[in-house]
Amino acid sequence: MSQTESSPVVTDDESPGSITDEDTPWVVLVWNDPINLMSYVVHVLQKLFGYSSEKATHLMLDVHHKGRAVVSNGNREKAELDVFRLHEFGLWATMQKDV
Amino acid sequence: MCSDFMNSGSGPLCRKTFDVFFRYRFHQRKDGMMEVKIGEEERQLIGDLIDQLRELLLATSPEGKLDPSLRRLYPTAYVDDVRHEQEYQRSARDQLLERRLSHLDVVEATLNDAELNSDSVTAWITTVNDLRLVLGTHLDVSEDDESKILDSGGPQEQQHAIYHYLSHLLGEFLEAAGR
Repeated sequence: MSQTESSPVVTDDESPGSITDEDTPWVVLVWNDPINLMSYVVHVLQKLFGYSSEKATHLMLDVHHKGRAVVSNGNREKAELDVFRLHEFGLWATMQKDV
Repeated sequence: MCSDFMNSGSGPLCRKTFDVFFRYRFHQRKDGMMEVKIGEEERQLIGDLIDQLRELLLATSPEGKLDPSLRRLYPTAYVDDVRHEQEYQRSARDQLLERRLSHLDVVEATLNDAELNSDSVTAWITTVNDLRLVLGTHLDVSEDDESKILDSGGPQEQQHAIYHYLSHLLGEFLEAAGR
């Protein structure tokens, strides 16, 4: 799963010289839902992120049993693109700051 | 999530039963083409359903209020960031609508084809899933519904039957695509 890195202290102040919004690490979550097929979720994770069948299945089972799983991470721009691609495929994906 | 048809059974007997009934309906060829051998009536049903979905999608303006059954097609991206969420919805809803309509067009154009290229397979798979999301939301299905016996004679019996049919169809498609 995602590697944990020590995060810099981030404030809302985006004045020059401060850590910008774009530097903040974000995580993309997929949530359990009663409609999407387990095999469909595996298919989408493999197709979008190039994950192996084993990794995609592991993430799907995490979603199924724990209610959600982190499927990708990155800066805000990358996380938003990943969320959008998951939404294109009808998965229930959200993003939030990795705190 | 609900377990699909392929995952609902286990053991060699189930596999054999599946093969006997469905082996020849979808076949992923080595040249990348997917052979699709589904009946005329099924193709007609899918055609009717995509017409209804297109109508529903177009009835909702990008900025307007969503039909409740379309809720799952336009999920929230930012759970705790109102400003970014508004920006996301403004740009994403248009793009998601456009993408879905283009997939519907592909399915319509290839509705009676005996084989599909990989782009068409993606359009079919996502469209069948979109239909399930809309119908499943409308029927308020829960994870237990897959194993429930259909409410015979109930007002939503037909819609439940279509929902289950689409689940099986998608399961078959994914099984063939992953083979």
